[in-house]
Amino acid sequence: MLPAERVQKATGLRLFWYTIWARAYPRIIGSTREKSWLFFETVLPLMGTASYVFVYRAIGAPEAYTGFVVLGGAMTAFWLNVLWAMASQLYWDKDGGNLELYVVSPGPLMAILLGMAVGGVLMTATRAVIILVVCSLLFNVSYQIASLPLLILIFVTTMAALYGMGMMFASVFLAAGREAWHISNLLQEPIYLASGFYFPVKAMGFWIATFASVIPLTLGLDAMRQLIFAGDPTLGFLSVEAELLILLVLSVVFIYGAIKMLAKLEEIGRREGRLIERRR
Amino acid sequence: MSITRPLLDTPFIRRSNHLRTFITASWLGWQIESNWADPFLFAVYSIVRPVTSVLILVVMYSVITNGALQEPIFAYIYLGNALYILVGQVITGVSWSVIDDREHYRTLRQLYTTPMDGYSYLMGRGVARLIIGLISVLITIGFGMVAFQLPISIGTIDWLMLVISTVLGVLSLAAIGMVVGSLTLMLARHFWSLGDAISGALYLFTGAIFPLDVLPAWLRPIGFAFPVTYWLELARRAILGPNAAKFPTLSGFSDLELTGILAAITLALLVFSWFFYRWALHRAKENGIFDMETSY
Repeated sequence: MLPAERVQKATGLRLFWYTIWARAYPRIIGSTREKSWLFFETVLPLMGTASYVFVYRAIGAPEAYTGFVVLGGAMTAFWLNVLWAMASQLYWDKDGGNLELYVVSPGPLMAILLGMAVGGVLMTATRAVIILVVCSLLFNVSYQIASLPLLILIFVTTMAALYGMGMMFASVFLAAGREAWHISNLLQEPIYLASGFYFPVKAMGFWIATFASVIPLTLGLDAMRQLIFAGDPTLGFLSVEAELLILLVLSVVFIYGAIKMLAKLEEIGRREGRLIERRR
Repeated sequence: MSITRPLLDTPFIRRSNHLRTFITASWLGWQIESNWADPFLFAVYSIVRPVTSVLILVVMYSVITNGALQEPIFAYIYLGNALYILVGQVITGVSWSVIDDREHYRTLRQLYTTPMDGYSYLMGRGVARLIIGLISVLITIGFGMVAFQLPISIGTIDWLMLVISTVLGVLSLAAIGMVVGSLTLMLARHFWSLGDAISGALYLFTGAIFPLDVLPAWLRPIGFAFPVTYWLELARRAILGPNAAKFPTLSGFSDLELTGILAAITLALLVFSWFFYRWALHRAKENGIFDMETSY
C-alpha cells in the first residue's frame, strides 16, 4: 500500500477563495464542454428581443428605441440568471441532494454562493454579448459611447449589486421551499416592466421608477443607456453619477444582507432540522 | 378526487380508458398547479404576470404615440398579447408534465405501469394550465376594456366564430405541446427550454403583437405554417368586429377561409402528434432513456 499523500489543508481566506473557484468551476468549464447551450440560451431571448423591436417598428418609433430594446434584451440574461441560477439554486441543490454535501464540507456557504455568481456572470455575459452583437447587426443599431471607463464601472457595480441581491434571495427562496419556483416566475415580467427593460424607466413616472430602483438593473440599465446612446440626455431618470452612487450603496447593502440572511437561515435550518429536508 | 368521482362513474366515461385517463390527469394537473399556495396567492400569481406582460407593451406604445390608445393597432397589439397567454400555457402545460413526472416527482415509471392511456394523460395534464390561461386571458382583456377603453362590446362579439376558432386554436396548441412533450421523452438536455423556445418562436412569427407585414418578406411565410397565426386573426376579428385593424397579409382571407385553414392544420397536427407520441415513447423505451433522471 502506498503511503497517503499529505494534503495541504486550506483554511481561512484561502479556503474561502478555493471554495469560490470550486463552485464556479462546473459553471465555467461546463459551459465550454457542452456548447449546445449557446443555441438555446441565445436564440430564445433573441426572438423575444426581436419581437419587441418589431413592435417599435410597427408603431413607427425612432431608431434609438431599437437600441434600447437590444440593450434591455441583453440585460434580461443577467436578471434570468440571478433568478434561476442564483436565487433558486440553493433550493434546487437541496432538492437534488447537493446542499447536504455543501453543508458537511468545510467550505463556507457564502463562498459557494459567490462561486455561483462568478460562474454565472461569465456564462451569462457570453450570452448577453451574443444577443447584443447579433441584434445590433440584424437591426443596424448604432452606438455612441460617451465614456467607456464609466460604462465599465457602471456595469461592474450593477453586477455586484445584482448578484448580491441574488445571494440574498437564495436564502429567502430556500426558506420558501417549492414556492421558490413560482416566485422566480412571478419576478420576470413585473420586473421587466418596472425596471424599464424595453423603454426608458423614466416613462414609468417618478415614484414607480424610484421604487423600481431597488432592483439594481433599473439604474444600471438607465445609466448604461445614457452612456451608450449619448444622443438624448433627457431620456435618463437620474444623472449617471447619482445612479452610480446609488448602485454602490445597493451593492454594499445587498452583500451585507446576503451574509446576514444566510447565517440566520443556516442557524434556523440546523436548529429545526430542516436545512436539508426534501419535500416534493 | 371527490369532485371527479361522479364524472368518472358515468357509464359512457367509465367504458372509455381515454376519457377516464384524461379526466383523472386533468384533476391531477389542477392539484399540482394550484396546491402550492393559498388561493389568494395563487390568484395573484395567475393575474400579475399576464397583466404586467401586456403593460410592457402598453408603456412601449404610449411612449411612442403619446397615448393614442384609440388607434386600431393598439387593440391589435393588446388583444394579440392577451390571447397569446394561452399559447405558452397550453404548449408548456402538456410538455412540462413529462419533465415534472420524470425529473421532479420521479413517477413516470410508476405511471406507465398502470393501464392508463399515455396520450390522453399528457393532454389531460395540460387542462389545468389551460384553465389558468383562460382566466388570465379574460382578466387581461377585462383590464384592457376598463383601463384602456379597448373597443370591445360584449353585444357585438361574434361568439360562434370566437368559440370555434378558440377550440381549434387550443387543440392545435395541445397537439404542438404533445409533440414537444414527446421530444422531451427522448431528450437528456435542454428540455427545460424547449416549450419556451417554441412559444417564443411563435410569438415572433405569428403576428401576435405586430402585424406580419412588419417582418422581412423572407420571414413571413414561416408565420403561415403555424395555426396560431390564423387563430389570433380570427379571434381578433370575432372580438373587435369592424374595429379590427386590417393588414395586407391576412386581410385577403375571408373568415371561412381562415377557419378552414385553421381546421385543416389542427387536424393534421393532432394526427401527427398521435403518431409522433407513439414513436417517441417506443424509441425512449428502446433506448432505455424513458425514465432517466438527468438532474440537468
